[in-house]
Amino acid sequence: MTAYLVRRFLLMILTLFGISVIIFVLLRIVPGNIVDILADAAGFVNPAEKARIEAELGLDKPIPVQYAKWIGGLTRGDLGFSYVSEKPALDEILPRIPITARLAAAALVFSILFGVPLGVISAVKQNTSLDYGLRVLSLTGLSMPAFWLGLLILMAFVSLTGTLPIYSAAPKSFIDSLIMYSVPAAAVGFRSSALIMRLTRSSMLEVLRQDFIRTARSKGASEKSVNYHHALRNAVLPVITIIGIEAAFLIGGLIVTETVFNIPGVARFLVEAIRWRDYPIVQNLVMFVALIVVVTNFLVDMAYTALDPRIRYSD
Amino acid sequence: MRAAAFDSELAKAGANVSSRWGAARFLARRYPLGAIGGVIMIVFLLTALLAGVVAPYDPLATNSAHSLAAPGTAHWMGADNFGRDVFSRILHGARISLAVGIGSTALGCFFGVILGLFSGYLGGWVDLLVQRLIDILQALPLLVLALVMAAALGPSIQNTIIAIAIPLIPTVARVIRANTLALRELPFIEAARAVGMGDLRIALSHVLPNTLAPLIVLATAQFGSAILTEAALSFLGLGIPEPFPSWGRMLSESAAEYVRTAPWLVIFPGLAISLVVFGTNLLGDAVRDLLDPRQRT
Repeated sequence: MTAYLVRRFLLMILTLFGISVIIFVLLRIVPGNIVDILADAAGFVNPAEKARIEAELGLDKPIPVQYAKWIGGLTRGDLGFSYVSEKPALDEILPRIPITARLAAAALVFSILFGVPLGVISAVKQNTSLDYGLRVLSLTGLSMPAFWLGLLILMAFVSLTGTLPIYSAAPKSFIDSLIMYSVPAAAVGFRSSALIMRLTRSSMLEVLRQDFIRTARSKGASEKSVNYHHALRNAVLPVITIIGIEAAFLIGGLIVTETVFNIPGVARFLVEAIRWRDYPIVQNLVMFVALIVVVTNFLVDMAYTALDPRIRYSD
Repeated sequence: MRAAAFDSELAKAGANVSSRWGAARFLARRYPLGAIGGVIMIVFLLTALLAGVVAPYDPLATNSAHSLAAPGTAHWMGADNFGRDVFSRILHGARISLAVGIGSTALGCFFGVILGLFSGYLGGWVDLLVQRLIDILQALPLLVLALVMAAALGPSIQNTIIAIAIPLIPTVARVIRANTLALRELPFIEAARAVGMGDLRIALSHVLPNTLAPLIVLATAQFGSAILTEAALSFLGLGIPEPFPSWGRMLSESAAEYVRTAPWLVIFPGLAISLVVFGTNLLGDAVRDLLDPRQRT
């Protein structure tokens, strides 16, 4: 077990290192850096002035040197400076994280709260009209772009209340801030709940076919006890795995939803930084996203072993 | 599955395979939702092919007199702020979605199959290397990787296709690798090796055809996610550039602003995306049930 943990951990570091190289190189083969964009905006810029700014930002050095400087800084907690605001990248990124984290947590709660129970109902009532209805609903969730759902929700709010539930810096009350987060969280979470619902359904059906369920039935266990006590407990394992994959999935939804609802979180900030070719922000944010995904998957693996004693890693 | 074997399977299940439509009718009865998905996809294909004939207006023609015209007899789905006909733009937008869907899926599957096949069949250091590459690509969410790729390559249709194809590679490679690993141990591969066949020939002519079923299942699912990703990229202004009428792009131009004043600009393009992806998902589920009985629910 310890050997397995160490191996997993080393692979995690290797993956993160690979991502850092790929992202760094990708961003630098782009034709046109921040200086070109600024020059375009200003009309004409003296070439000497342009070279001076490039030197100041360190963009004139070879890519490996720039990379070493970035990684060296990362280990000391120095993420460099944003090209656009000229503030330390860490000061730009950190205050935006809690906003996105709250939204992501709300979306995850939403998706589990709806996804698991509806998936169970769909499986228990297999091939009834209720099952068909729920399956079509979950497919609809998987087919709608998250940003469009967000726009539809905005539209519904406008026609019902005449107000737009978009982000404001100072929510007046607890209710205000609840609405402020829960409306976009529903837009992100609907798609995730659809995925969880589908998986819970197929996992439940799989378990309900097994021998120990028949045994439980023949021993006279009630339908309710079979479904919820025996089956659901065993069906929930693969669902936990999907929650790991979900972390990656959710981030895509957060990016577009924060844009629609005008929420100043890290996800929207990433898009803005990409548009501005603000390398220090983009590369650090991408690393941050990769770190979240990799660590979540690691934790899910660990949870798996803890929850299912049959799984033991020998290697 | 060979066509003849497939026919006999259908016949056993009670289909009238002697008539051309018999098999189709049988499948439609067995998978009603899949049939609906199939119809949606056929309509989508016809729209993309016939957009030039059917569309009442030039999708790029601006007309300031009709700026933000509400849906009516002149413009069935209204007009945008430049007075461009939304209905015509949606019809032409089908071409872009189709091109991106087919292009990205084909490209992603091509490289995914190569990586998965060789990493699974050859094993050893090739496998180790490919596995690490897959780990790296999978640690980034599809949209994040596509965003960075799209920004690095610059805005154009070809680049959008490439940017979406690359995040699709690891999923395909993983599934094909797992299948290849299982196939490698089967007696018919051993037999091929015993008669002196080369590795490349065994991989291409014996292993590859047997991974076709999971590949088709996967490709159907990826087609839908490619279309959704294109919409998101274009919505964020980093996908298909103006003036091409991409459905995602149509929603981007300060769409939140039009929520109040011109809801038709928000409703119709989003409906088009959702309907096509819905069709893909319905069809994909039926195809999966048909080709991959282990996953049948």
